Amino acid sequence: MSLLGDRQQLAYIAAQAADARVNVELETEGMTLNIGPQHPATHGTLRIIARLDGEQVLWADPSCGYMHRGYEKLTEVRSYPQVTALVNRIDWLGSFANEVPFILAAEKLMGVEAPSRAQHIRTILFELSRIANVTLFLGDLGVQLGAVTPVFFAFRDREYVLNLIEGATGGRFHPNFDRIGGLKDDLPAGFIDETRIVMKKLRGFCDQIEDLLFGNEIFQSRTRGIGVIPKDVALQYGMSGANLRASGVDWDLRRDQKLPLAYDKVDFKVITHPDGDSFARCWVRLQEVRESTRIVDQLLDTIPTGPIMAKVPKIIKVPEGEAWVSTENPLGEMGYYVVSQGDMGPFRVKIRSASFNNISITPWLLKGVYVPDIITILASLYFILGDIDR
Amino acid sequence: MSSTTDTPTETPRDDVRDAEIARVCAALGSAVVDSLVKPNDDMWIRVTADAWRSTGETLKSLGYTYFGFISAIDWLPSPYGRGEDDPTAPPVERSTVIKQGYAGGDTRFQVIARLVQPFTTLGINIKVDVDDSLMAIDSWSQVFAGANWHERETHEMFGIGFNGHPDLRNMYLPTDFEGHPLRKDFPLLARMVKPWPGIVDVEPLPGDDSEEEGDAS
Repeated sequence: MSLLGDRQQLAYIAAQAADARVNVELETEGMTLNIGPQHPATHGTLRIIARLDGEQVLWADPSCGYMHRGYEKLTEVRSYPQVTALVNRIDWLGSFANEVPFILAAEKLMGVEAPSRAQHIRTILFELSRIANVTLFLGDLGVQLGAVTPVFFAFRDREYVLNLIEGATGGRFHPNFDRIGGLKDDLPAGFIDETRIVMKKLRGFCDQIEDLLFGNEIFQSRTRGIGVIPKDVALQYGMSGANLRASGVDWDLRRDQKLPLAYDKVDFKVITHPDGDSFARCWVRLQEVRESTRIVDQLLDTIPTGPIMAKVPKIIKVPEGEAWVSTENPLGEMGYYVVSQGDMGPFRVKIRSASFNNISITPWLLKGVYVPDIITILASLYFILGDIDR
Repeated sequence: MSSTTDTPTETPRDDVRDAEIARVCAALGSAVVDSLVKPNDDMWIRVTADAWRSTGETLKSLGYTYFGFISAIDWLPSPYGRGEDDPTAPPVERSTVIKQGYAGGDTRFQVIARLVQPFTTLGINIKVDVDDSLMAIDSWSQVFAGANWHERETHEMFGIGFNGHPDLRNMYLPTDFEGHPLRKDFPLLARMVKPWPGIVDVEPLPGDDSEEEGDAS
């Protein structure tokens, strides 16, 4: 039985067949190239073993597990409130976003809903962590392609966002702020005004990056047409987030899914791009940072008053049941399948992280590309190692 | 989200998911052992192990083209409890009675998969019992390309085989690793050698008599 994507893959390889013939004429030698686990161009310890024919990749095999921490096992020996401290560390650049789907799953099982003020602030912090995460991607993208300047802008401007998160939650990277039934604390004084200023700065950053990087001829020639993922292949690999939207799939869980978050109260665009190449994936992310700043701006205008915590017992016992909740995290769809047997801790938690599915396409995608394009493709797929290995 | 305050006596209904599960069950026929719809939440079906692969193909043709995940659940209660025993005390006897979850089940191990219809975002959780003596089911890697890595992970974590999988290498663990870490009878050694300091977190606060529980320690 043939895979749905075989046809596209053949076409993709055929596009480079002329080069392969040159390889035959030149009698290139085969060699195995080991990239990582500690290569400066890979953020985190992803190791890729590539078999090359000349400059072309015959096959590539990502080797995961250098950062496997066994979170699914660890959740089974922790109580529900303690789990958020763990899952914080899955996608460490957008930590708060990892907590939200787990808390929502626990709330769903308990039949608790956070008060609207808490939902609102959750959404603001969720979007702030998306901005912090993708901002760094935009800077890092330049470094991986040989442009050093953008990363300094990215680290500078991400710091503003991290300061906001730290001001509100007390933690720069690992807020551990979300609670079953609401939030740990209310927003600090001055948060709203400061956030507005930072959002303006971040929009400036996006303009700057668009000028510096996306308008750059070298950047364009290195990313356009490289690593094309057709729509149906992306779906059957379970790719999500910007990677899926860059393949022309108009699907965003923030808009399409009904969750107790404040996304239905704001007006935002879902960015898609028809090309499915590396450029499209980077471009979609850039536009999404812009949209996120707009979402935050709108949410700041309409924060409702009221409590930030629903009434929940001091000792949280979650009734028997199973629940699946996934949200649109910075890297894509992140979901938790929580099985509870009425205990203080979960019986089983399946963590479905976005990068795991996004990276599982690499053996298919890297076939037939050139060595420098490996880096472009990996950079544009955008993974966080903790999000693959969990 | 329907609020629980207006009419708590009326059982909530979800016509969309009821119709959808009827459509799925009709297409799958006798493969479906059990099904469950939680209104305004999610759908579950349990299928026979023989029909596991054809279930994937049928659901894909029904529009469930987005691959969510494949994993497994070990329903055996952990013989180590929640890892909060005193290592110096004598071992605690624990019940080994298996309590099954939604859509039922007869075996210790169940494989669970999730597929989603893009655009409608209707998702379905598909469960299948894994026979204890066979410890293997068919692979979905020919149906959904993304299943490849998920099955590798399930194989190393639970020891469940997938017939027809091209390459069931370990995903995370070293090749010579012995045991299957996510099985409930695989001990978490860090908890065996030292008492867990996090226990204090869940002890009732002094003067708080609302939720007195004896098993907090």
